[in-house]
Amino acid sequence: MNKASDEQLEGTFVNSTANPILRMLTQRIMLGILSLLIVSFLIFSAVSLLPGDFATQILGGSATPETLAALREQLGLDLPWYQRYVVWLGNVSTGDFGQSFSSRPVTQIIGSRLLNTFYLAGLTALFAVPLAIGLGILAALYRNRTVDRLLSTASLASISLPDFFIAYILMLTFAIELHWLPTISNIRPTMDTGEQLMRMVLPALTLTLVILAYIMRNTRAAIVGVMSRPYIEMAELKGESPARVVIRHALPNAIGPIANVVALSLAYLIAGVVVTEVVFAYPGIGQTIVDAVRNRDIPVIQACTLIFSVTYILLNLIADVISIISNPRLLHPSGK
Amino acid sequence: MSSSDTDGKRNVGTYFHGVIRRMSRVPLTSWLGIVVIAMYVLVALFAPLIAPYGEFEVVSQRPFEPWSEQFIFGTDQLGRDVLSRLIFGARNTIGIAFVATSLTFLIGGTVGITAAVVGGVVDQAISRVVDAVMSIPDLVFILMLLAIAGPGATNLVIIIAVIGATRVYRLSRAAAHNVVSLEFVEAARARGETLPWVVTQEIQPNILPVLISDFGMRFCFVFLAIAGLSFLGVGLQPPTAEWGSMVRESAALISAGDITPLIPATAIGLLTIAVNFVGDWILNETSGLSDGR
Repeated sequence: MNKASDEQLEGTFVNSTANPILRMLTQRIMLGILSLLIVSFLIFSAVSLLPGDFATQILGGSATPETLAALREQLGLDLPWYQRYVVWLGNVSTGDFGQSFSSRPVTQIIGSRLLNTFYLAGLTALFAVPLAIGLGILAALYRNRTVDRLLSTASLASISLPDFFIAYILMLTFAIELHWLPTISNIRPTMDTGEQLMRMVLPALTLTLVILAYIMRNTRAAIVGVMSRPYIEMAELKGESPARVVIRHALPNAIGPIANVVALSLAYLIAGVVVTEVVFAYPGIGQTIVDAVRNRDIPVIQACTLIFSVTYILLNLIADVISIISNPRLLHPSGK
Repeated sequence: MSSSDTDGKRNVGTYFHGVIRRMSRVPLTSWLGIVVIAMYVLVALFAPLIAPYGEFEVVSQRPFEPWSEQFIFGTDQLGRDVLSRLIFGARNTIGIAFVATSLTFLIGGTVGITAAVVGGVVDQAISRVVDAVMSIPDLVFILMLLAIAGPGATNLVIIIAVIGATRVYRLSRAAAHNVVSLEFVEAARARGETLPWVVTQEIQPNILPVLISDFGMRFCFVFLAIAGLSFLGVGLQPPTAEWGSMVRESAALISAGDITPLIPATAIGLLTIAVNFVGDWILNETSGLSDGR
């Protein structure tokens, strides 16, 4: 990674004719595609660690050798592994994840639940990200003062708590003691949007608390890191207000690291919903994954792992693009 | 390491005085953290002496008995004493997390240093694989491997250690990189020392402080992961007393306003908070990054 970015930096200075932003972007996108391929291969080959194979898993121990051979041929298991990988990758990229061990198509099992999960994660991100960045800026503005110390201690504590602890505390307070919200979030398509949103408040609030502290601490760290640069001192000496120094001068240079940590948190959010969904009985992918692990239904969990990894890589790619675009030095390569 | 923060004049003190002076600067939160960690360790070590009943002992015919003098936190769904299971849970939950974290550092540290020393194609190959593994979200990857390997404490520890080792690999490889080019490593190589010698005797002692300050954070991650998986019912399996599974088993009581399920959850949270507070302080001390000075 480091080596690559060094080469890119050199390239920026030596070859000033080509658009450096465009070059860096293509490079990042190629890297993203490469890691997608490696990850898909890792996930694909993990299944081959299974004792026996797909066919034995689907038919169970009592199957005759003939039926096993027939199913293997039907599933393409008699092909060499690299051919199977290419076929699998082709199917996956068109949204066909094959059959689960319960002989229903994987897509049918995870489809709508996965949408619910993304819906919940998206709703959470909508609130959590602006709030967390705002609090991070606040902490950086009042660094080493009471507000900052309070925020930093509280956030360190909330990072340390298990997700289900936060979930149950919120449930106990708002649903059981105060009766403001329902205890379970079993939303159904037949409910109207208001009812659905009402039932999503508690899981969304739990997830907000889970990722809030992480984004906030890193936003603060990124800004404080910039604050030690000479040009900030210059701005302070010019007599600008602390708020203006932080927001106008320090923040633009901290956007790169902040974008990265937001991407990381959102990726965590999508995978971390599992526990929260189970606590509130939300009809997302969480319970399906847990059931799949218990029944050792590999195709289902393989599909989920792949989808989460693709999301993670895409989010990271977007963060990279944002930090490249937001870097003002790259806009004027010849001026340097 | 933190000699820069002794104030000039009083630099000449015995080692003992130095320790005292340094201890007096430890912030209150870290002191609390140290005390809490010590208490957990004591409870875990002396569990059979402290617990009023046995880990698997059924002491009541009624499930979910309320809090009483005889059963301080009541009984669980099988009529076992909750307090005793909580105490034995310290042993199981902390013990397994500690073993898994140590294994994480053993694997990640060894491979990381070796990659830095050997360099070249080997280093590149391992690093690419590690990058790929790190772009699969931890929890989902652990769940997938658990589904493949099947449940059980050993599988759980190995899987968590291997996944966690990727981050330790990154850290120790980067730290070892700075040491590899120093003269004493070159000297060791010139006098014909083997690779294991260079890794364990020359480089590892020099990057140990970095690894130690990361140990607390890694421990928290592993500890929370095990508790979370057990809460989901795919981690440590019953009848082992484990805090995450204890929350799961009694979760239904919450809707009746009973806070018993929150007790093991609090036990988990308190320890991770303590470890994080201490770890945060150690990190500030060793990295010299304490801002604002």
